Amino acid sequence: MYRILHREDLTPNTHLLRIDAPAVARKAQAGQFVIVMIDEVGERIPLTIADWDRAEGSITVVFMEVGKTTQKLATLHAGDSLHAFIGPLGKPTEIENVGTVACVAGGFAIAVIMPIARALREAGNRIISIMGFRNKDLVFWEDELMAVSDELIVTTDDGSYGRKGLVTEPLRELLETNKDVKRVIAIGPTVMMKFASRTTEPFGVKTIVSLNPIMVDGTGMCGCCRVEVGGKTRFTCVDGPDFDGHLVDWDLLITRQSIYLDEEKRTLDIWSKQQVGVTGCSII
Amino acid sequence: MTEKIKINLNRVSMPKQEPEVRAHNFNEVAQGYTLEMAMEEAIRCIQCKKRPCVPGCPVDIDIPGFIQAIKDGDMPEAVRIMKDKNALPGICGRVCPQETQCEEVCTLAKKGAPIAIGRLERFVADWERKAPDSAVSRGGGRGGFSLPTGRINSPLPFNKSAGKKGSPEGSPRRVAVVGSGPAGLTAAAELAKMGHQVTLFEALHVPGGVLVYGIPEFRLPKEIVREEVEYVKSLGVDLRLNSVIGKIETVDELLAEGYDAVFLGTGAGLPMFLNCPGENLNGIYSANEFLTRTNLMKSYLFPEYDTPIKRSKRVAVIGGGNVAMDSARCALRLGAEEVYIVYRRSRKELPARLEEVENAEEEGIVFKFLTNPKRFIGNDQGWVTGMECYEMELGEPDESGRRRPIIKTGSEFIIDVDMVIVALGTTPNPLIPSTTDGLETTRRGTVVADEETGKTVKDRVWAGGDVVTGAATVISAMGAAKRAAADIDAYLRGL
Ligand SMILES: Cc1cc2nc3c(=O)[nH]c(=O)nc-3n(C[C@H](O)[C@H](O)[C@H](O)COP(=O)(O)OP(=O)(O)OC[C@H]3O[C@@H](n4cnc5c(N)ncnc54)[C@H](O)[C@@H]3O)c2cc1C
Ligand SMILES: Cc1cc2nc3c(=O)[nH]c(=O)nc-3n(C[C@H](O)[C@H](O)[C@H](O)COP(=O)(O)OP(=O)(O)OC[C@H]3O[C@@H](n4cnc5c(N)ncnc54)[C@H](O)[C@@H]3O)c2cc1C
Ligand code: SF4
Ligand code: SF4
Ligand code: FES
Repeated sequence: MYRILHREDLTPNTHLLRIDAPAVARKAQAGQFVIVMIDEVGERIPLTIADWDRAEGSITVVFMEVGKTTQKLATLHAGDSLHAFIGPLGKPTEIENVGTVACVAGGFAIAVIMPIARALREAGNRIISIMGFRNKDLVFWEDELMAVSDELIVTTDDGSYGRKGLVTEPLRELLETNKDVKRVIAIGPTVMMKFASRTTEPFGVKTIVSLNPIMVDGTGMCGCCRVEVGGKTRFTCVDGPDFDGHLVDWDLLITRQSIYLDEEKRTLDIWSKQQVGVTGCSII
Repeated sequence: MTEKIKINLNRVSMPKQEPEVRAHNFNEVAQGYTLEMAMEEAIRCIQCKKRPCVPGCPVDIDIPGFIQAIKDGDMPEAVRIMKDKNALPGICGRVCPQETQCEEVCTLAKKGAPIAIGRLERFVADWERKAPDSAVSRGGGRGGFSLPTGRINSPLPFNKSAGKKGSPEGSPRRVAVVGSGPAGLTAAAELAKMGHQVTLFEALHVPGGVLVYGIPEFRLPKEIVREEVEYVKSLGVDLRLNSVIGKIETVDELLAEGYDAVFLGTGAGLPMFLNCPGENLNGIYSANEFLTRTNLMKSYLFPEYDTPIKRSKRVAVIGGGNVAMDSARCALRLGAEEVYIVYRRSRKELPARLEEVENAEEEGIVFKFLTNPKRFIGNDQGWVTGMECYEMELGEPDESGRRRPIIKTGSEFIIDVDMVIVALGTTPNPLIPSTTDGLETTRRGTVVADEETGKTVKDRVWAGGDVVTGAATVISAMGAAKRAAADIDAYLRGL
């Protein structure tokens, strides 16, 4: 069993968990992920390692509530335990000194780009970060990301905070004005990564994305996570999750992410109804 | 003058769930012999002096011996003889391809009615499981037998009393066993009984390897695997789940951190695809994914269990081995109306266990022999809707000795399907070779190890099972693990 040491709500639907997993903490590197199972009947879901503390023996993950498993995960508190916690999986992000790197993140991915930005900076790069949210209420970790960046741009879709618009606009301006940007790291929702890659392509700036297909084992055994990169089939869990965004077949990834939409909706509906019952009881 | 023995050629059949019924549930298909049936079958054995059946078994079970014990009604003795050589009889009795092993060489096979050795083995294992607190399972008492403590070359499998006794002189040696499939479980149990301190690392959250993630409940109830694993743990084996070696720790780190030897039983878990157009369409699964979702994650019980699986109407399974049969029969049980097995050779070359081919046919699975896919066809939403296939014919034998399938030109035709399961076989996962210094692998990705001892070219590292042979059988993986355990023991005693 893997105990939750600490929980924090970063926004109403984005949560942080620090989990007791010394063996994983010993090896974790920026860009890797873990597979989490809440209980015996649970799904195995991948979550990126947002931070680690080798001395304490803990791993931090940050997740956004989307379906049943992440909503169920959001009901857990410090002191609760997870059924399974497997990692560190996937290849670490390549950390090298290229000069200036733009780190672009959307939503929950602010947390997962943190260790990458930090490592890149420690390797001597200048870091320009761009973080995007839907609105002001969802903004988190502005100071934290600033602490590992040389420059920071915040956007919201509705303009309620920072610049109005999508992250791709400041990204394009940056590439137009700053010829030193030698690499872009883009992490977030699939559509955001797709358009960030489209934006950088004409500039010929290498763009690394962290893909998030549906997974089962996370060790290269099932082939569920296969994506096409440069016309070749690759397994995200062992060949990635980082890939060259200019070579990814985005539409295939988006299609494959929708395989279980009906089932996900069904199981979430059943679960939500049960939750209403549960809260109802506890109020009485 | 030899007296003519009267031979009874009426093989006692095993009760099974009716095909129409079992096609809709995941309960075990074959129900096992009753004591009367087992006796009746055992009596048919003519106790051949030359014991031709024994060399047919990769772990050398004293087959006439345990059958005689059944005849005598001495079940504890039958269990003792069985467990002397085989750790997992409840599993092997159910999944061994007996018709190409022990039963193939039974004297009565020539008359078309070999003794049902596998069924009898299963009966003995099930008898022991059901016997509450059986003296045999505690390794002493009632049967009045005593077993020699583990010695090299007579590794004394699965005698519980031999447990932690018989430690080699000096401090116990530490062995890391990687992978908890049949190979890893066997190696861990053998080494623990020899008195060594064994840690068993498993990547998944459940131990058992293919026995839990691949082979379905209706062929091998998971409860049986769970009990066998509990037994291995009871020998003092420290099981660490959720531990991917190569990630959480490398083999070299294990060796540096105080393990004296490492046994690799990591199987052949990497699925192969056809590399033909459309293979990544929605609705096209590797057999590993389909079976892992269904069996390991129990998605046949969705939404009670959280992991979903698609339930489709017309399913094509590509391949002809056990994996293909299992996939097809799972798809049927998940509600498919039409399930095809698409195989590029003919019936004669099917590599699956005969019993499972027959079961599949009875359940209504349709075999399309001499057929091979050319490409997959999808709709606008990216879901598979059809499969274009070639007709094949058989040419000259290839290096495997089987006749090579050749495409008939202009023979293309389309099968309408809404799900495809690719069951073409697997190769070892490159994770361990790629993170370990000095391990030699073949072009097929298998780890090079001595056939007799399991020793790899790397100092203090042994390997056995599918990771060495490529996808094979449960019993061959166990045989290899036993030989490796004996060699590891010899090495550790020399330290
Ligand atoms: C390598 C990797 C790292 C990840 N890291 C994080 C992380 O750090 N934090 C985090 O919040 N999420 C992360 N994800 C995504 C996370 O795994 C999914 O959000 C989660 O599996 C959804 O499970 P669910 O049961 O709650 O939702 P589901 O019911 O499975 O899905 C609900 C909705 O989310 C979509 N969805 C399902 N799976 C994914 C997916 N893998 N990616 C994107 N959308 C999906 C579905 O299409 C559906 O619309 C990561 C995914 C991968 C592959
Ligand atoms: C669907 C299916 C049906 C089959 N049916 C039959 C049958 O009827 N009869 C028969 O005799 N054989 C059958 N087989 C073949 C048989 O199951 C295998 O030959 C046998 O399981 C091989 O045993 P193994 O211990 O070598 O490997 P596996 O059973 O594959 O076990 C390997 C274990 O190692 C773990 N592992 C891998 N890498 C790592 C790592 N880096 N760190 C930690 N752990 C790791 C895996 O998770 C797994 O648990 C079938 C196979 C399949 C897939
Ligand atoms: S273990 Fe397999 S090969 Fe050996 S006797 Fe039993 S069924 Fe036959
Ligand atoms: S070969 Fe057949 S008949 Fe002869 S001893 Fe073995 S099982 Fe019995
Ligand atoms: S998640 Fe199974 S192979 Fe990647």
